[in-house]
Amino acid sequence: MADLSSNFVGIKSPNPFWLASAPPTDKEYNVRRAFQAGWGGVVWKTLGAEGPPVVNVNGPRYGVIHGADRRVLGINNIELITDRPLEVNLREIKAVKRDYPDRALVISLMVPCDEDSWRTILKQIEDTGADGVELNFGCPHGMSERGMGSAVGQVPEYIEMVTRWVKQYSRMPCIVKLTPNITDVRKPAEAAKRGGADAVSLINTINSITSVDLDLFAPEPTIDGKGAHGGYCGPAVKPIALNMVAEIARSVETRGLPISGIGGVTTWRDAAEFMALGAGNVQVCTAAMTYGFKVVQEMITGLHDYLDSHDMALSDLIGRAVPNVTDWNQLNLNYVTKAVIDQDLCIKCGRCYAACEDTSHQAIAMKPGRVFEVIEEECVACNLCLDVCPVENCITMRELAPGELDKRTGLRRSDYANWTTHPNNPMAKAAE
Amino acid sequence: MIQAKLTPGVVPGRLTPEDYVRNFADVAPPLDPHEARVAADRCYFCHDAPCITACPTAIDIPLFIRQIATGTPDAAAMTIFHANILGGMCARVCPTENLCEGACVRMDAEGKPVEIGALQRYATDGMLDAPHPFKRGAPTGNRVAVVGAGPAGLSAAHRLAAKGHDVVIFEAREKPGGLNEYGIASYKTVDGFAQAEVDWLMGIGGIELREGQRLGQQITLDALRGKFDAVFLGMGLGGVNALRAAGEDRDHVTDAVSFIRDLRQSTDLSTLPIGRDVVVIGGGMTAVDAAVQARLLGAETVTIVYRRGQDRMGASLHEQAHATSSGVRIIHNAAPVAVHGNGAVAEIEFAYLTDGPHGLTPTGERFRLKADQVFRAIGQRLDGAPEDIALDGGKIAVSDAGRTSLDGVWAGGDCATGGDDLTVTAVAQGRDAAEDIHRRLDAKN
Repeated sequence: MADLSSNFVGIKSPNPFWLASAPPTDKEYNVRRAFQAGWGGVVWKTLGAEGPPVVNVNGPRYGVIHGADRRVLGINNIELITDRPLEVNLREIKAVKRDYPDRALVISLMVPCDEDSWRTILKQIEDTGADGVELNFGCPHGMSERGMGSAVGQVPEYIEMVTRWVKQYSRMPCIVKLTPNITDVRKPAEAAKRGGADAVSLINTINSITSVDLDLFAPEPTIDGKGAHGGYCGPAVKPIALNMVAEIARSVETRGLPISGIGGVTTWRDAAEFMALGAGNVQVCTAAMTYGFKVVQEMITGLHDYLDSHDMALSDLIGRAVPNVTDWNQLNLNYVTKAVIDQDLCIKCGRCYAACEDTSHQAIAMKPGRVFEVIEEECVACNLCLDVCPVENCITMRELAPGELDKRTGLRRSDYANWTTHPNNPMAKAAE
Repeated sequence: MIQAKLTPGVVPGRLTPEDYVRNFADVAPPLDPHEARVAADRCYFCHDAPCITACPTAIDIPLFIRQIATGTPDAAAMTIFHANILGGMCARVCPTENLCEGACVRMDAEGKPVEIGALQRYATDGMLDAPHPFKRGAPTGNRVAVVGAGPAGLSAAHRLAAKGHDVVIFEAREKPGGLNEYGIASYKTVDGFAQAEVDWLMGIGGIELREGQRLGQQITLDALRGKFDAVFLGMGLGGVNALRAAGEDRDHVTDAVSFIRDLRQSTDLSTLPIGRDVVVIGGGMTAVDAAVQARLLGAETVTIVYRRGQDRMGASLHEQAHATSSGVRIIHNAAPVAVHGNGAVAEIEFAYLTDGPHGLTPTGERFRLKADQVFRAIGQRLDGAPEDIALDGGKIAVSDAGRTSLDGVWAGGDCATGGDDLTVTAVAQGRDAAEDIHRRLDAKN
């Protein structure tokens, strides 16, 4: 069996599955249940500065996007950081860490942007025996209106400044949690690195309105007839998160900076994808909020099986797909494929035909008896037919062999060439 | 008084009151909104969908299912009603596994079709409690006579009324609905649904219903042709085929359609007599409806005997499975040759047959079944067709959207040639004839 134990910036955990800072990690009771269920680590729900705790709304905190059969695809929340007294949280953290020394316990922090506030809380965290801190520069609602959370994460200079304080006043590993509500995620990541961060974690939630009540004409979740934007998470945000993780993993400036991957991790496969794109571990929230803590058991067995079947160690997986993430202009324009429909698997629904005929390249013929055939002369290999086909593997893409004629262009498949040397590119460099 | 289940002979009250209620409850209870959403989500929204082609009324099934999936079941109902005004009844009685659901591409994919019938019921049920949604067109001044208030006649009448024509329906029986009211197992259409649907349909206005008017008795085709601008004949099949077996005049040998009719019209099922050992002759839906309901009334043994093989049975596989799971035994390849008994039937004798290139031939082997009640369900025929109208195979010959050999006379439903004898086919034929009548009258005006 593959060894799943993880060492993320010096923080050890029996597996790379951590619970993200969020409602499931707000207190001792939940965190103990999580560790009992098998989670490798927990990022404790964000603590604020000493004093009267924040308050939450007393109406709905969540909005949801459902798929078929009310499958939860995405959740939006307007909950703030912990609304429990700091000293209670600190006491509980200490108690849990004492009982679970083998698990990772990282504390998420969000205090005002002044040196004293950070110095004070870091000392208090160190006293608990926690393994590290995560700086919450990501929450997009509520706290950001008070100059914290994503209000910090959207200004690289602030990120660098606060990170520097944290590294100055604490020996603990420091993870900077980034907001996706920016135009280029590499800039805040670079700032964190400059400030001395040991790692970044991303993504925090995305500014969102889940839906609109068409009778009240109010955004949902609705509080007394009004709604404020919340933070979106869950399976729906995974593609956005994967891209942001990859951007940081492959950027020259941030390459090698450890990443904790967050955003819609629901299964072992999601976790493996994040890790292949450079994440050293993953953090999970929505899957646990939807199904309970037990989901980690599937993640553990699934990742075991995958690594064993590929004869890989966990460290072999991390970053393995990064070299294959490139810019569009590096893609091989001489790579040609054509859709192929397996007539034995085809159930004759005609979705490929409708999609291609109405919205694409008229490259599928509908013949008597509802026989659907690809017209290679028209097929640009866009893949849409395969995407909309309800039968797995019924439509596949066949790669043309070198020298084989592309019936659409009349050209034979030739060697690799990309846009940078293409004759239609006014900026093209002459081919060697 | 309660008779013991094993009391010999044809007696009422074999069951407890609770048993009657339970046995004759809705055989396929409606989907709740969540079930409907889940079922609707399975539809692939096929291009040029095979289910539409398979529906005699060509309902745009993918569209109405998508309307359910998006939370607009009333819009779904209108999609259905535009094609099939009796979509509520068809949702209950269509042999969907032979029609839309049989054509569903999910049959190829996984052998489990989208539940089109159940979804159609979900959509239409909500609309039938609302005011009638169709409006009549501007009055044309034309008057059209419709003979028979069954599915064909009602469908024709509604479409004609919608076009602005005034319609008079002449119905032989005391209630409208035809086979919907008199000829279908009661567990398929509970709580007076057939009459409720007719009432709702009549809500369009412009349709006058005259009951107790039988063609050839109270009314004649000649008179109707004289008084009306067009006539639509949809009187169904009134006659029942005979067994042609010796002794079939013995007591308790009756028509399945009469049994089904009496059961449907009964207000107290415990007063309906039923045999302890019941035999039903035939292989269609009527045979199954009679056999299953005989079991539900408390018959100890019920046997369907059909003269051909299972693959030739008119009843769908779903219906056959329903019969056997209700405790009905089905014997194939046998036909009755004699009904034995002293006054009333006591036994019925069958000959085994082979179905070869030269038709059905006896194998020489015979057997007897104990029977104190026998139902004939071997098909119906047209009784009292107007004299001068052309027939084909015993039915009114029609071509081109129900045109008969007589000018100004259309026909549809079971009494006319073409299509299977199904409610949904009758609805399609009535609708199409109405459109043709409308075109003709429009051209005249």
